[in-house]
Amino acid sequence: MKIKIFTSFIIPAIILSLFFFGLKNTNNYNTLNLVGNKIDNIELNGLENNKKILIGNLLSNNYTLINFWASWCLPCRAEHKFLLSLKKDEDLKILGINFKDKKINSINFLEELGDPYHFLAEDKSGKVSVKLGIYGVPESILVDKNFIIIKKFIGPISNSDYNDIIKIINN
Amino acid sequence: MKKLTLTIIIFFFSIQIIFANDLEQKEINILKNLRCLVCQGQSIADSNSDFAQTIKLVIRDLINQNKDDQEIYNFLNSKYGQWILYKPKFNLNNFLLWFFPYFILLIGVFLILKVLKKRKKSQLQ
Repeated sequence: MKIKIFTSFIIPAIILSLFFFGLKNTNNYNTLNLVGNKIDNIELNGLENNKKILIGNLLSNNYTLINFWASWCLPCRAEHKFLLSLKKDEDLKILGINFKDKKINSINFLEELGDPYHFLAEDKSGKVSVKLGIYGVPESILVDKNFIIIKKFIGPISNSDYNDIIKIINN
Repeated sequence: MKKLTLTIIIFFFSIQIIFANDLEQKEINILKNLRCLVCQGQSIADSNSDFAQTIKLVIRDLINQNKDDQEIYNFLNSKYGQWILYKPKFNLNNFLLWFFPYFILLIGVFLILKVLKKRKKSQLQ
């Protein structure tokens, strides 16, 4: 009798509740939980002059926002106005890494919409993006001068992301 | 003399081919154990997405730098988290994933034994 109750009710109930909670959890995986990790001091290629630059030499400021962008990326246009506003904040430097793009298109993009970046680098093959744990554009990482990831922004920077960044910098 | 030269050439070529095949196989095995983060249920080996193509380039570089499988997995784990690995490391957060199948198996065995015992009992009566 006990076995019958166990097989007819308890096991199906366990399985159904597993499915129920599994289906309710629709979150897609992202790398937001990697906050607190340290980024590597990697070498970058300058966008305008092809000069090699160490990312560590750019992180002298308290906070640096590393933004991956491309001229072919539509959401990058949407976040551009926020980047332009962030450039006005003296406590933040913005490093723009142009991702798998043609140089002429990227320069035209910045001429058309304005240049929000203090430093510009390129990642033609995409290998730099992997070293920084990026899996699409636009994506941004806010780091402090110790190379620690303070926050990650997957997708275009929104109004609330902008407010978050300002809040973090001013604290 | 000609025969000897030919044998030496064939020997060196075959060594190169065997060595290249080993590296290729190593690369395929690693790519099959990596999840494409931007795809629906595809491994990096199966996917042609932009992300997968970039990861393939990086893996090839790491293999050429003589990194072993574990070093490559650790590198990707530090950049993208455990989710990128199809076979994650055993830890407190995923112990159910490793032990749940065995637990279910034990329950199954227990139930079968119970039913068999009951059947035997009723046959004897």
